[in-house]
Amino acid sequence: MSILVFLEHHGNELQKGSLSVLSKAASLGAGDVYGVVAGSGVRELASGAGKYGASKVFVADDPALEAPLPQPRVDVIATLVREQSIDTVLLAQSVLAADVAAGLSARLDAGLNWELVDIEEQDGKLVGTRPALADSVYVQVGWKGEPCIGIFRSGTFDPKETGGEAEVVDTPVQLEDFSTAATMIEQAHEEQQGPSIEDADVIVAGGRGLGGPENFTLVEELAKALGGAVAATRAVVDAGWYPYATQVGQTGKTVSPKLYVACGISGAIQHKVGMQSSSVIVAINKDPNAPIFEYSDLGVVGDVHEVVPKLTELVKQRKRSAS
Amino acid sequence: MKIAVCVKHVPEAASRRIDPSTKRLDRSGEGALNAFDANALEEALRLKDASGEGEVVAVSMGPQKASDTLRKALAMGADRAVLVSDESAAGSDLVATSYALGKALAREEPDLVLLGQQASDSDGAVLWAAIAERLRRPMISQVAELTASDGKVRGKRQTEFGYDVIEAPLPAVVAVSDAINEPRYPSLKGIMGAKKKPQETLSLDDLGVESERAGEAGSKTEVLGLTDPPARGDSRRIEDDGNAAEQIAEFLAEKRLI
Ligand SMILES: Cc1cc2nc3c(=O)[nH]c(=O)nc-3n(C[C@H](O)[C@H](O)[C@H](O)COP(=O)(O)OP(=O)(O)OC[C@H]3O[C@@H](n4cnc5c(N)ncnc54)[C@H](O)[C@@H]3O)c2cc1C
Ligand SMILES: Cc1cc2nc3c(=O)[nH]c(=O)nc-3n(C[C@H](O)[C@H](O)[C@H](O)COP(=O)(O)OP(=O)(O)OC[C@H]3O[C@@H](n4cnc5c(N)ncnc54)[C@H](O)[C@@H]3O)c2cc1C
Repeated sequence: MSILVFLEHHGNELQKGSLSVLSKAASLGAGDVYGVVAGSGVRELASGAGKYGASKVFVADDPALEAPLPQPRVDVIATLVREQSIDTVLLAQSVLAADVAAGLSARLDAGLNWELVDIEEQDGKLVGTRPALADSVYVQVGWKGEPCIGIFRSGTFDPKETGGEAEVVDTPVQLEDFSTAATMIEQAHEEQQGPSIEDADVIVAGGRGLGGPENFTLVEELAKALGGAVAATRAVVDAGWYPYATQVGQTGKTVSPKLYVACGISGAIQHKVGMQSSSVIVAINKDPNAPIFEYSDLGVVGDVHEVVPKLTELVKQRKRSAS
Repeated sequence: MKIAVCVKHVPEAASRRIDPSTKRLDRSGEGALNAFDANALEEALRLKDASGEGEVVAVSMGPQKASDTLRKALAMGADRAVLVSDESAAGSDLVATSYALGKALAREEPDLVLLGQQASDSDGAVLWAAIAERLRRPMISQVAELTASDGKVRGKRQTEFGYDVIEAPLPAVVAVSDAINEPRYPSLKGIMGAKKKPQETLSLDDLGVESERAGEAGSKTEVLGLTDPPARGDSRRIEDDGNAAEQIAEFLAEKRLI
């Protein structure tokens, strides 16, 4: 088997998720494990993958790869797969990686399994495990033909240093016209403003069920009463109701407070991956079928406008009588 | 501008299950328009209204019943609908779906293809990238703000690092976020008018898709088995009958959180 892991970088760092997938691939002991780094001025980064288990790292270094856009990366990886007889391509979930993987799947007519939380070799073939339908069932999945492409769910593994060295090999960059047609006008950089929520013991999070940005005061007051921080879903951040710095989930922060109170949040998988390791999860949602109830310790079917202000009052009363 | 909007017919949340005998999603029950696709449709209708001309075509691949979803799209304001439906297409994965749907989209020659944020049954959030590849067009995903002018589209979208702004020349493929707009409800007039709008059903043959490239035969992924998820700890559920707040406070006190 020869496994190629897509090593995503941001600034001067290889991403933790990619390195985790790389260590997992190496731990299979199923053959050669390589990495690929694609960008501009990224050769320095490549050798860092050796200690996570890559024996070789292919580097596609070209100004056309400067912006983190998926389509030119499909060109790079498709060429590598053909020229290096790669039979498996593994990626860690991210906005970029998902688009690279799906483009590659169509380019090579190669099977893509997403949301993987585990993978093993059985009789010379790879078998993946993935949760589905709001994690209500676990599915064992396989691939027909080669190459096999897999995306691992965010935060599934931690990177493991095993202390090897990688040979760094330049790979030629030939791009399709349509792959370079989209251009980055303004590239994201971490927005520093806003409070840090990662260290909070208590988080009260608001979603679209609040009904409007003005109703975030409900969440803020409960957070204040509980001595906690306020968080938000992507839906309300994208809509401009609350700052990106407070977003929890796949493209936001990963938090694990002692208490997470979700108010008017449906509980999409992309939100869940950012808060599932909270010790106690309380959810208030008016839809009894909301996926958030599948992973709440206390699920309350009710209206946030009714329940949250009353709860805030009760918490304040208890604190007053305790002091 | 001619805009094709991809819409998926998905089973209702309450009845979603995988059929253990076929190991496929049970699509026999009630279904509806994938809610995320209403955002894509709304955006298409707004772009058309803003430019004062053009056509919005809703395109779906799925069982015959997906025509209900397309009728909803027509009621919202799409001008025309195309359904790709064929027994041999059942069980298509990303490779097979993007191939057949790609053929149906290519036939329309749209300036812009719009997709929703994700299909609520499979949560893939990937199809756009495969469609863009099949059509050999530039693509922007996760778009929370979209503008179109001078033969170009520009999208603002969130990644793990904040917001990007990306531009692409038309023809292009764009997938939108669920916060890009507030989809309209179909008006009574829209619902009545939907019946008279052109709705076409295409077989794989009509699209020139060989049966070995569709359905399970054309799929490159397979489901080998199903197991129960790891057990979770105790979980309590209450309905608010006026004293839910008290019960939450009790629960928090019990857990020594207040
Ligand atoms: C690549 C990618 C990355 C993503 N990353 C993230 C991420 O980092 N974080 C994230 O959160 N999401 C992320 N998402 C989006 C995610 O899929 C969901 O769309 C999003 O989490 C939904 O936010 P929400 O729960 O606020 O809104 P909705 O899904 O609209 O849910 C609102 C909920 O409020 C309930 N409600 C309505 N009114 C009331 C009321 N009066 N009282 C009580 N309940 C009420 C409704 O029943 C509903 O369940 C990502 C998606 C993709 C494709
Ligand atoms: C539980 C489950 C898990 C699955 N896992 C995999 C997997 O790991 N790998 C795999 O290859 N296949 C998988 N499938 C099959 C997959 O649903 C189909 O291949 C699908 O049509 C393509 O992607 P998607 O549904 O994930 O769409 P997404 O990428 O989530 O959808 C994005 C957008 O594409 C459009 N769209 C999606 N489907 C259609 C359609 N049929 N017609 C018109 N527009 C559409 C909509 O605009 C939608 O908002 C899975 C299906 C289920 C039910």
